Amino acid sequence: MVPDFSQDYFALFGLPRAFRIDAAQLDQAYHALQGRVHPDRHAHLPETERRLSMQWATQVNEAYRTLKQPLLRAHYLLRLAGMETGHESNTAMPAAFLMEQMEWREAVAEARAAGDHHELEKLMQRLEKHGAGLRGEIESSFDAKKDFAAAADAVRRLMFIEKLEHEIEDALEALES
Amino acid sequence: MALLQISEPGMSAAPHQHRLAVGIDLGTTNSLVATVRNGIAVVLQDEVGRSLLPSIVRYQADGSVDVGYAAQGAQALDPRNTIVSVKRFMGRGLKDVAHIESMPYDFLDAEGMVRLRTVTGVKSPVEVSAEILKVLRERAEASLGGELTGAVITVPAYFDDAQRQATKDAARLAGLNVLRLLNEPTAAAIAYGLDNASEGVYAVFDLGGGTFDISILKLSRGVFEVLATNGDAALGGDDFDQRVYCWMLDEAKIRFPSIEDTRRLLLKAREAKEMLTGHDVAPVHAELSTGEAVDLTLKIDTFADITKTLISKTLGPTRKALRDAGLTVHDIKGVVMVGGATRMPQVQRAVADYFKQEPLTNLDPEKVVALGAAMQANVLAGNRAGADDWLLLDVIPLSLGMETMGGLTEKVIPRNATIPIAKAQDFTTFKDGQTAMSFHIVQGERELVADCRSLAKFELRGIPPMVAGAARIRVTFQVDADGLLSVSAREMTSGVEASITVKPSYGLTDDEIAGMLKDSIEHVGDDVQARNLREQQVEAGRLIEAVEAALAEDGRLLRADERADIDEEIASLRKRIAGTDHRAIKAGVDSLNAATQDFAARRMDQSVRRALTGHKVIELKL
Repeated sequence: MVPDFSQDYFALFGLPRAFRIDAAQLDQAYHALQGRVHPDRHAHLPETERRLSMQWATQVNEAYRTLKQPLLRAHYLLRLAGMETGHESNTAMPAAFLMEQMEWREAVAEARAAGDHHELEKLMQRLEKHGAGLRGEIESSFDAKKDFAAAADAVRRLMFIEKLEHEIEDALEALES
Repeated sequence: MALLQISEPGMSAAPHQHRLAVGIDLGTTNSLVATVRNGIAVVLQDEVGRSLLPSIVRYQADGSVDVGYAAQGAQALDPRNTIVSVKRFMGRGLKDVAHIESMPYDFLDAEGMVRLRTVTGVKSPVEVSAEILKVLRERAEASLGGELTGAVITVPAYFDDAQRQATKDAARLAGLNVLRLLNEPTAAAIAYGLDNASEGVYAVFDLGGGTFDISILKLSRGVFEVLATNGDAALGGDDFDQRVYCWMLDEAKIRFPSIEDTRRLLLKAREAKEMLTGHDVAPVHAELSTGEAVDLTLKIDTFADITKTLISKTLGPTRKALRDAGLTVHDIKGVVMVGGATRMPQVQRAVADYFKQEPLTNLDPEKVVALGAAMQANVLAGNRAGADDWLLLDVIPLSLGMETMGGLTEKVIPRNATIPIAKAQDFTTFKDGQTAMSFHIVQGERELVADCRSLAKFELRGIPPMVAGAARIRVTFQVDADGLLSVSAREMTSGVEASITVKPSYGLTDDEIAGMLKDSIEHVGDDVQARNLREQQVEAGRLIEAVEAALAEDGRLLRADERADIDEEIASLRKRIAGTDHRAIKAGVDSLNAATQDFAARRMDQSVRRALTGHKVIELKL
C-alpha cells in the first residue's frame, strides 16, 4: 500500500502557495515532519511501518528539495498551474538573449582554457547577480502580477544562467584537482 | 546488571523492556563496541579491561580462528593467514586494492569482491569481518547479560554501495540484527554535539586507519543535518606506515624482503609513526630473517616530508565538501577530529591552517564514533520516548547513475542528496520490436562508465514489441536510510507489466549468506531448528508488543470490525508462539503485518498532521 501524498508540497509544509517563501519556516516544518516520519523513528517497529516510513520520508525529502531551490520551486508552481515549461523541447528564446548566452559561454571557455581561477570567480559573481535579478522577476510575476506566462519566460532564462553556473563550478573543480 | 524497569504511561500492557542495543565501530585497524547504560554511552571492554579490539583475524590449520590481540602477535610469523586491515578489501575487486605488492596474502580475484586463500580455505572479506563482529557481539552479550536486539554498524561516509552492502552482509553473518548503517563522521557528530550542546555548522575530519572522510554538518535544535560529505575510501594511517616502510627499504638498501620481513618492517614503521606523535626522533631497529639488522633513525622532519602528499590528499576532498555545501572556511564554527591518524601533529597543523582555527580534540578520537553509534542504537531500538529525540538527516556520498549509449553515465541521483531518496527516469527502445532491455547501474562522479564503480547489471524482458521509441520503461532508484540502493524497472505504456527489482550483492547472494550462517551455527553445535524457532518467537513477540502499544495509543483510528480483526490475528499468533512450528509463527507474523497495514498508514497520517500543528492532537473523523 502506498501512502496518500495527494496534498501539494506547499500544503504538506503548511505554507502558502507562492514563489516567495519563508526559508526558516520551511526548514522548521521540514524538520518537524521528518521528526515524525523518518525511518530512524520507526526502526524498532514492524516491517509494514518501516516501509511506510521510508516512503513518507522519501516524499518529504523530495518536497523539501523542490521548494528549497528557487528554480525547482518555480517549475513546480507552473506545473500546479497546469503550465508546461517544456524545459527540454521549448528552446525558442529571443535572439538577443541567445547572443548574450553565447558571449557568456565564450568567456567561461576562455577562462577555463587559460586556467584563470580569478576570472572564473568573477564570472560566477556576475552570473549570480544576474540570477538574483531573474528570481526577483519570477517572484513579482507569480506573486504580484499572477502572470504565469511571464514567469515561465523568466524561468527559462534562469535555467540558462544556472547551467552556466554549473559549468563554472565544474571548471573550478577541474582546476583544483 | 539489573535495572529497574518502568513502562511508559500509555504504552504496552507488558512491562516496557529495555532493549539491548549496541553501536559498533568496525575499523580498519581497531574495532569497538559501545552501549548506552543508565543514559550514558560507554565503550564495552574485554575481560581484561581493554576497549580496542585489533581488527586482525588469524586462520589456523586446525580450523580455529583467532581475533584481536591473540592474532596480532602472529602477524610477522604467519602473515599469509593473519589478515589485517580487511576493511580495505570490503566490496572491492583485486584491481581496486592499493599496495597489493607489499601484501602477504594469497589473493584470488573473484567476481565483485576479492577473496583470500588461507590455510582453512578461501575467505571473502565479508567472512573475515564477520569474525571480528562476532567477537564484539559476544563481548557485548557477556557484558550486558542477554541477547542483543540490534546493532548500529558504522561505515566511512565515503563508502560506496558495494562497501556498505558488504558491511551489512558481514553483520548478518555475525548474527547481528542491523538497525542501521551509520556514517562514521555523523556518529562522531552525535557524540560530540550532544556532549557539548553545539549549534552551528561543524566540519568532521575523520582520518582512520584506512579511510578518510570529511563531513560538513549543520546542528540546530536537536537536528543533525549533513550538508555535504567527501573523502577517500583508500587513505588512512596505513598509508603513512607504507611511506615509512618504503623509506626504510630505501635507507637500509633492502631489495626483496620476504613477506614475513615486510610485515615486521611495517609494524616497526607504525611504531615509529606513533612515537613521533610525542617525540622529534624515532629509532628504528629490526632484525630480518636473513640475519641482516636494520638500524635507522626517523626524524620528524623526514617523516613530514615523506608523508606530505598524503596530507594534501585530504585537502582536495575538504575543499569539495565545502563547495558542495555552498560554504567557506569562515562559516565553520568548529572542526571535530576523529580517527587515530588525526593524532599526528602534522595532520592537526594542516587542518588548523586550512580552517584557520584549532581543531577540537576533547573527545577521544578513537572512541567517539563507537559512542555516537551507541547513542543512535539506543534511539533506534526504541528505548527513548519518540518525539524528543534528535533527528539525523544524512546524505549519499557519490552520485548514482546508469550507463547510456556510448559508455556514458546518466546521473539519476546526485551526490549529497538527503536520504532516503527515490528518483525515476524514463528510457525507451532503440530498435523496432525490441522486447528486452539491459541496464547497468554505476556509482561515481565521472562521465565515462568505465571510470565509475559498476554496481549491478540486469535485464528487463517481456516488453511488448513496438516501434523503436514507443515503449516507456521507467527505472526507479530508491536509496534507503542505510544509503543502500535498490532499482526497479517497469514498462509503462502497455497493459503488460514487467518489473524487476535488483539489489546489488557483489558476489555474495542471499543464499550464500544463509549457507554460511547455517555452517557457522552447525560449527558451534547449535541446533538450527531451535534457533529458527527462537528467532521467530522473538520476532512475533516483538510484533505483538508493537501492535498492542499502537492500539493502546491510537485504537480509536479503527472501526469496531477492524479492531476485532486485528485482535483475532493477535490471539492466533499468540497460540502459534506457544507451539513449536517456526513456519506457522512466520505465517502468523506475515498475517498480522498484513492486517495492520491500513492502521499503520492512518497512524502515520495522523502523525504528519500533528507535526504541522505544533504537536497538538487532532481528532480524526473517520
